[in-house]
Amino acid sequence: MIRTLTRRGASPLTLVGLVVVLLTLIPLGYIAYALVTMGPADLAALLWRPRVGELLRNTLSLMVGTVAVTTVVGVACAFLVNRTDLRLRGWWHALLSAPLAVPAFVNSYGWVSLTSSVQSYAGAVLVVSLSYYPLVYLPVTAAMTTLEAAPEEVARSLGRSRTRAFFSAALPRLLPAVLGGALLVGLHVLAEFGALQLLNYQTFTTAIYGQYQSSFAGDAGTALSGVLVVLCVLLLTVELIGRGGRRVDRVGRGTGRTAEPLVLGSRAVPVLGLLVGLVVLALGVPLYSLGHWLVVGSSTEFPVDELTRALGSTVGLALGGATLTMLMAMPLAWLVVRRRGPVSTVLERLAYTANSLPGIVVALALVTVSIRYAPSAYQTVPVLLLAYAILFLPRALVSVRGSLEQAPALLDDVARSLGLTAWRTFLRVTVRLVAPGVGAGLALVFLAVSTELTATLLLSPIGTTTLATEFWSNSSSVEYGAAAPYALLLVLAAVPATVMLSRQARPEEVRP
Amino acid sequence: MLRTRSIRLLAATAATALALPVLAACGGEDDKNAVVVYNAQHKQLISAVAKEFTKKTGITVKLRNGSDLELANQLVAEGTASPADVFLTENSPAMALVDSKGLFQPLARTTLERIPAQYRPTDGDWTGFAGRSTVLVYNPSLISEDDLPTSLLDLAGPAWAGKVSFSPTGADFQAIVAAVLALKGEDATKAWLAGIKANGKTFQGNNVVLKSVNAGEVATGIIYHYYWDRDQEESGENSDNSKLYFFGDQDPGAFVSTSGAGVLANGDHLTDAEKFVDYLTSAEGQKIIADSYALEYTLNPEVPLGREVKPFAELDPPAVGVSELDSQKVVQLMQDAGLL
Repeated sequence: MIRTLTRRGASPLTLVGLVVVLLTLIPLGYIAYALVTMGPADLAALLWRPRVGELLRNTLSLMVGTVAVTTVVGVACAFLVNRTDLRLRGWWHALLSAPLAVPAFVNSYGWVSLTSSVQSYAGAVLVVSLSYYPLVYLPVTAAMTTLEAAPEEVARSLGRSRTRAFFSAALPRLLPAVLGGALLVGLHVLAEFGALQLLNYQTFTTAIYGQYQSSFAGDAGTALSGVLVVLCVLLLTVELIGRGGRRVDRVGRGTGRTAEPLVLGSRAVPVLGLLVGLVVLALGVPLYSLGHWLVVGSSTEFPVDELTRALGSTVGLALGGATLTMLMAMPLAWLVVRRRGPVSTVLERLAYTANSLPGIVVALALVTVSIRYAPSAYQTVPVLLLAYAILFLPRALVSVRGSLEQAPALLDDVARSLGLTAWRTFLRVTVRLVAPGVGAGLALVFLAVSTELTATLLLSPIGTTTLATEFWSNSSSVEYGAAAPYALLLVLAAVPATVMLSRQARPEEVRP
Repeated sequence: MLRTRSIRLLAATAATALALPVLAACGGEDDKNAVVVYNAQHKQLISAVAKEFTKKTGITVKLRNGSDLELANQLVAEGTASPADVFLTENSPAMALVDSKGLFQPLARTTLERIPAQYRPTDGDWTGFAGRSTVLVYNPSLISEDDLPTSLLDLAGPAWAGKVSFSPTGADFQAIVAAVLALKGEDATKAWLAGIKANGKTFQGNNVVLKSVNAGEVATGIIYHYYWDRDQEESGENSDNSKLYFFGDQDPGAFVSTSGAGVLANGDHLTDAEKFVDYLTSAEGQKIIADSYALEYTLNPEVPLGREVKPFAELDPPAVGVSELDSQKVVQLMQDAGLL
């Protein structure tokens, strides 16, 4: 058996992939177990009530609205920066990626403290979209950077207009990036807690948190988690159907060339206006508000020791979490792209599903499991890192997968034919080809961990505080001023990773 | 050759990155002798007390911060394996829950007797150490003082449609509901919850309630007194346009919620934990609370709060036993009412 697998060259990685997926399934297993032991009558009583319908409406409408807005904004921005003669595109690219450095709950805090009118459906869509559109913008930009012009030129030579050529010959090849980004946004919305709590917009995740905070048995919360998992599976299915099985890597020989930029001409002014407006809303508002609270609150003080400690543990946890997550994502991504098939697809989808669980559900599952089966691991850094890896695996996966899909499989085959083992080929050829994706993935996970709140609260070793937990505890006890320095550090801590991400997806330099 | 080396370099970098947080977590003030406090009270307040306590006794204190029922839930899940030595809450229902599982070590008489009997359970398993009064914050430009209700229960009436707000997921509001339940019984509480669900606007957190009333989005809000008082001290930005109304007259709306402190029987530092709780109720510890930013009422009569807050003696709260407050029943009722 092992030998057969080994001959096919998949065995070590398949096994690793399996282990990775099994680890990510711990929280789901916990929910399933809890739901089953609850019994159908109790479960029905918890699910069949008006409140659940209200949450379902809220959650779905927010998800649809946010995914639509972020997709349009993300793709449009990517097009303007990469495919037009927009000036200072390097600057625009940096500015458009920068909102990633402002965590969604800091952004919400900024908006809510300026105007409570954002505490509505439209407000929630606006604020959450402003935080999440870079999740679409960056992968689409990265894909556009390497997108060859030839198919579009062929389409144009056959008489299609520029616009139609873009839609028929370029967009389909960008689809994996667009869908991947939209999927990430959808999953984020399902799991978002801090931002929505501040925006006073109730979804399943905030309601589950409310339940965990107020009920001890947690049955109601677990039942709501079950619904959330179902929503996530539906979302993944929709994306899977949309993606289809088409190949998007280059098949031709020679060096690729990107398309000629569209001349904006008189359209440059309104385009600039829109871009400036977007940056003001996504970046200007939260930073202005932060500055305001730094200046106004008399509780604003810089407890340097506490700040330094929180910063140190945040950066340490984020580096560790990003590394572990990437180590888990790489074999999985390779399986999905290079060994397409039902098994690898199911493995990948299962890994994504774990991500839609709110941090609090993953954390409580790990608390229960570790206390029962590994008491010495309870409330230690490894379990916390595992929680991060479970939560953020999809971010790493999407990035690595994206670049792996565009890396010609032929090079792997050549390496194998020259006598390298599957493992050596993976390390010496594949890893190198996907390096940009790995970098982007590391940065994405670093960002996510440094702003993670609920899992950190429950699983971190006693006495460990992070910037996010300090920010939250201050802002939730009316200490807006005291929260501000932590928010500032959160933003600063996220800057290096954002810069790196932004560089990974850097648009082509303007040719003279 | 270079390639192999760069792979090794990568592996070494990854290993370092994984080890870093472990080192960072150990590198801090990792002290096996420290008293572990599960703290649901405001962190700044307890940090201030802990700092002085360490200065005085040399005993170090580690805080794990969270909310009342979250940490109570965690303590129950952890059971005897819990690393916690002390549990501090904002409201007493969470204390009652942990006590019902028999996890507390009874406190010394000297610790208990400093606090008036109505602010601690009869079994002496834990004690109150601070109090907070229920209030109705209102915006005078939307409602005149004469139109304010005489009882908290009036807010369920049709005249109050769209004029009241509260934060149902918070432990604070749930403690108030628990007081209504203890004072008026289940049927009256159900009717009241249904009424305020229909009339009210819900927010996440009392600070948001305060802010929304102050901004004129809604006329009144059910909160605790110190949210308003603290904002006055900080900047007044979220409270200058609003006023506080105290129900008094032993109305459920005058309920004073008790912040509790208890020692976990299975903790590794029993003696030090007892010293910490003792310090919290002592004149010295209470003085730190009184002088802090918190503006919660001190419960040791030797040390009145004495700030620009309505005096504790004038509150006229209803008599509610701190261990009568049934959080599980409250959650059930609120769930049935569609508030949770």
